[in-house]
Amino acid sequence: MSPTMTAIYVFTLACLVGYHVIWGVTPALHTPLMAVTNAISAILVIGAMLVAGSPQASQSVWIQVLGFFAVMLAAINIFGGFVVTNRILAMFKKK
Amino acid sequence: MNLSPDFFAFAYLVASIMFIFGLKGLSHPKTALRGNRLSMLGMGFAIVVTLFHPNVSNYGIIFGGLAAGAVIGIPLAMRIQMTAMPQLVAALHSFVGLAAVLVASGTYLMHAQEGHLNAVLLTELVVGSAIGAITFTGSLIAFGKLQAILGSAPLIFKGQHALNAILIGAIVVLSALFAYDHSITLFVAVTAIALLLGFLLVLPIGGSDMPVVVSMLNSYSGWAASATGFTLNNQLLIATGALVGSSGAILSYIMCKAMNRSLMNVILGGFGTTVEAAAADASKKSCRSASTEDAAFMFENAASVIVVPGYGMAVAQAQHAVKELFEQLHSRGVEVKFAIHPVAGRMPGHMNVLLAESEIPYDSVLELEEINPDFARADAVLVIGANDVVNPAARTNKSSPLYGMPILEAYKSKMVYVIKRSMNPGYSGVENDLFYLDNCSLIFGDAKKVCEGLVNCLKAN
Repeated sequence: MSPTMTAIYVFTLACLVGYHVIWGVTPALHTPLMAVTNAISAILVIGAMLVAGSPQASQSVWIQVLGFFAVMLAAINIFGGFVVTNRILAMFKKK
Repeated sequence: MNLSPDFFAFAYLVASIMFIFGLKGLSHPKTALRGNRLSMLGMGFAIVVTLFHPNVSNYGIIFGGLAAGAVIGIPLAMRIQMTAMPQLVAALHSFVGLAAVLVASGTYLMHAQEGHLNAVLLTELVVGSAIGAITFTGSLIAFGKLQAILGSAPLIFKGQHALNAILIGAIVVLSALFAYDHSITLFVAVTAIALLLGFLLVLPIGGSDMPVVVSMLNSYSGWAASATGFTLNNQLLIATGALVGSSGAILSYIMCKAMNRSLMNVILGGFGTTVEAAAADASKKSCRSASTEDAAFMFENAASVIVVPGYGMAVAQAQHAVKELFEQLHSRGVEVKFAIHPVAGRMPGHMNVLLAESEIPYDSVLELEEINPDFARADAVLVIGANDVVNPAARTNKSSPLYGMPILEAYKSKMVYVIKRSMNPGYSGVENDLFYLDNCSLIFGDAKKVCEGLVNCLKAN
């Protein structure tokens, strides 16, 4: 199986898992759902790290600049998304 | 340290599973916080593991970027007002979109330097960049509308759909050319067109359709992450992006269904064309108005009261006054419940968050299907800043643009009080038949002031 085909497998199965998991989320928590999916879509940070930290980056200022901003933007999402989700969910915990 | 590719693949599998169970935690408020911590752990784990990746050798830029992100992101998340959550989410979506564009560009440069360019990689790169670019500018416009920097009225011009179709066609053709030509000019051109398309897709959508737009952009941000995973051949990105993408797609579907509209209808912005005809014949009818004292008296002597909050409650910042009203009635033995329509507010679940913030217990807050049977038994209903979602025309009037939309059946209760600033119709521009029913009274005034007035009346007795 080619790497692209493997990727298509993973993608399709993950969509199906997502479909089932998300329908199980209670509507009352749809806002924190959006906030947390925001945070985890910033998993892009892995891609950003592979650009920013690559050996090629040391030879090109362009790659360094692109990599830095990509890591920073993804990190804003990670920290911002998780912190705000935590804040919201803590409100739901209080009785 | 030289770890094998399989080590990373396995570690990334573990992180994906943490995200899946993290999201699963949101099925109940009790398990949600734990779920969120699991997702955080998954993210931290994935980042730490990647630091040991054989292709990662420059740590300075990575740590600099992570630190800058923390410095900007954490205070932002700590300070944001809950009423402004939709804006924050839109802003964060735009960052993911832009990051996807930057990663695709950086990856292109890296591979160009090595001379490793092939048609599959280039297609994936340009698709990733285009989705990221649409997400970026689309979210910027959504942010501008939610933050009221831009007008919330839909911007519609002639030939809009034709222009969008041409731009999409251009993206497809230029992407195909790029896959064979490898020229960076084409990559930049496709990204630029996609940026423009993002603007054009969201500009025509009105402020009140924002729950759908925000959900859709949520979905796009996931697809952007997935597409980046394809270019890097990274299964964690692909899987996680797919989770987020399906989440946003499901939310968009739920929102559209709650507004009785198709996704295409929202995207193309064709709502409200029948408004004038519907509004014209309503002016002759009369409605009654009530004072806060009358309403307070009714509520105090009721056995059960249902509150229907809408975006107007958030605009007036009335949620804390509502909480006081809840407590006053609760302490007098009146059963108070809250009825939430799926599209109340500017994003899915917005009202639930505002009520939770003012410390109203979540088991008093019910969804449409759960609460609708209770309206007929309720002694009184208080509608705060909601309009179309309680319009009985959606049930009875086949010629109404709202016909078929699921509504909260407030009109079935013995007495309905509606807090309204003026007689202006709701966002759809449709006259609300509820106001002219015999069991409905309007209390004119600002939502917060009226709620405080009700509380004061109750305290005085």
